[in-house]
Amino acid sequence: MTKFTRRDFVKAVGAASALPLLGASAQAAEPFKVGFIFLGPVGDYGWTWAHDKGRREMEAALGGAVKTTYVENVKEDASAIPILRDLARQGNKLIFATSFGYMDQVLEVAKEFPDVRFEHCTGFKRAANVSTYNSRFHEGRAVTGTIAGKVSKSGVIGYLGSFKIPEVVMGVNAFTLAAQAVNPKIQTKLVMIDSWFDPAKETAATETLANLGCDVIATHTDSPAPLQFCQKKGIFGFGQGADMSKFAPKAHLTAIEDIWGPHYTARVKAAIAGTWKSEDFWDGIKEGAVKVSAYNASLAQDAQDAANKVIEGYKAGSYDVFTGPIYDQGGALKVKEGQKMGLGDLATIDWYVKGIQSA
Amino acid sequence: MTLTFIIDALVTVIGITTPILLAASGELVVEKSGVINLGVEGMMLVGTIAGFAVTFETGNPWLGILVATLAGATAATIFAVLVLSLGANQVATGLALTIFGIGLSSLIGSNYVGIAIDPVESPFPDALANDSFWRVIFGHSPFVYFAIVLVLAIGWFINKTRAGLVLRAVGENDLSAHSIGYPVIAIRYAAVAFGGAIAGIAGADFSMVISPLWAEQMTAGRGWIALALVVFAGWRAGRLLAGAYFFGVLMALELYAKASGHAIFPSQFWAAMPYLIAVIVLALISSRDGKDGKAPACLGKPFIPNG
Repeated sequence: MTKFTRRDFVKAVGAASALPLLGASAQAAEPFKVGFIFLGPVGDYGWTWAHDKGRREMEAALGGAVKTTYVENVKEDASAIPILRDLARQGNKLIFATSFGYMDQVLEVAKEFPDVRFEHCTGFKRAANVSTYNSRFHEGRAVTGTIAGKVSKSGVIGYLGSFKIPEVVMGVNAFTLAAQAVNPKIQTKLVMIDSWFDPAKETAATETLANLGCDVIATHTDSPAPLQFCQKKGIFGFGQGADMSKFAPKAHLTAIEDIWGPHYTARVKAAIAGTWKSEDFWDGIKEGAVKVSAYNASLAQDAQDAANKVIEGYKAGSYDVFTGPIYDQGGALKVKEGQKMGLGDLATIDWYVKGIQSA
Repeated sequence: MTLTFIIDALVTVIGITTPILLAASGELVVEKSGVINLGVEGMMLVGTIAGFAVTFETGNPWLGILVATLAGATAATIFAVLVLSLGANQVATGLALTIFGIGLSSLIGSNYVGIAIDPVESPFPDALANDSFWRVIFGHSPFVYFAIVLVLAIGWFINKTRAGLVLRAVGENDLSAHSIGYPVIAIRYAAVAFGGAIAGIAGADFSMVISPLWAEQMTAGRGWIALALVVFAGWRAGRLLAGAYFFGVLMALELYAKASGHAIFPSQFWAAMPYLIAVIVLALISSRDGKDGKAPACLGKPFIPNG
């Protein structure tokens, strides 16, 4: 494993160009090289942390057959292009780009390196050597929404988002629809903080939502800071990406855990075996890619039962939170009674369901 | 809009303003001495991890704050050696200090990911600190009171004391200060170390009060806002206090506007607003004549005594 920050990387590439001369006779069977670019630091204990955990699991599963390199804190702008290019030039044959905002950059670099395979997380554009992969996180949010609907006394739930992108929009929609299924009066106040990771702003936004009467606050940003505030204030929240109960033993009702290890292991194996091809993966609760953590011991039995029903429903394929009738914020019917939204519709969704208050 | 609501909002404002106010106050003293240290973000992060780690290991938050202060001052002293004794470029060295601080804090912090500590709370009795009205005055962490006292003390020091006059002289005309016998380099060392110490405390505010955990780069660019604030305030302590709270009010207003469903402006505009206002104010300041809001004349220039 090699660890670089973005800035070190520029320097390291220069130094590494001298290495092939030294290492030519070092090994007969070169390990298969896999690169990752991460949005945040691996120590964010959220989104990037979960991807890095997946990377480490893959490395452990494949042993010496694989060598991974990651670059953290890669911005979702044109600066991702040279970093992807350098990873490809360094001999990485499979490169995972782990955030939505790398979409066009991945496609551009993939065109320059047709023999390198790329996998873009949460995107929707593919090419012959570009796969996409995502998890049906909204299934987890249907579970947390169900719990929030049961737990909230005020009927007003807060939701902390990052940006208005399909991933976040489908999350808050699933959460709200599930909450309304157990309490039709539920209203969701949505705040986008224009960042994935900013503990101070996440805390301030959580405080703001609490001040406006929210007694359960869900987050779609990456740090445990909002949960810590909920704990202090005596209200409730959910972990994001990982079990965060130790940050807020009372406030943490449950968490949605991102499990990437099996996907990374399977895809690297396929690439080594030569069976890798461009596909679109979208795994959920059933496949084990989305896991709901242990419930807080204080959570009432009937809330636990309602949540378990949703989980079992997803496992059996008998439940889908995006089943009509679904209305948008303005009250227009978007999905007719009995119909379901396909993953294709969800991947580009840009409207909020009725009961979400957004600005 | 009820009184409770206004008080709740004020508490939010005070919380998010404090670390910026602290870091900017420290940098004000540094810049008054004629040195620009762009490493505020890095020094803050060193303080963030030092405060967290020591508090976690010893269970003593005061020791945590003390070590955060020393860690910030130490990082600043490395910078001072490079730019004051070895004549390195201040801008480049300051940027390097930020990168160094990010890297060092991440390295030390890798052992502290996924751990929480108890937040540092108000030093006042619970009856006052938790009262729905009096909490606006008594419900804050010691960092809040320290920040306000500090910026006022710095204003008094710079404008009303003899030592402050010497500091200004060093920043405005280092050669003259040198020729009448003041130790320019030593004074700048002291100012830079002081700025680093305060940046360390500002950093500790993040990991010990705002969100009592460690996460890499959890200051999320506040060090840069602090730097901008010093310019925004025209190198004056009173305006620094007002400016910091103005930024804080804007940030809170954005969140309240969004959460209450009345955006007033699109989200992107809110995100850009602090920078927009900073540019407008800077333009206004520079268009005015007089000594108002001018940078110290020796800011960023190396001191080369002639003979």
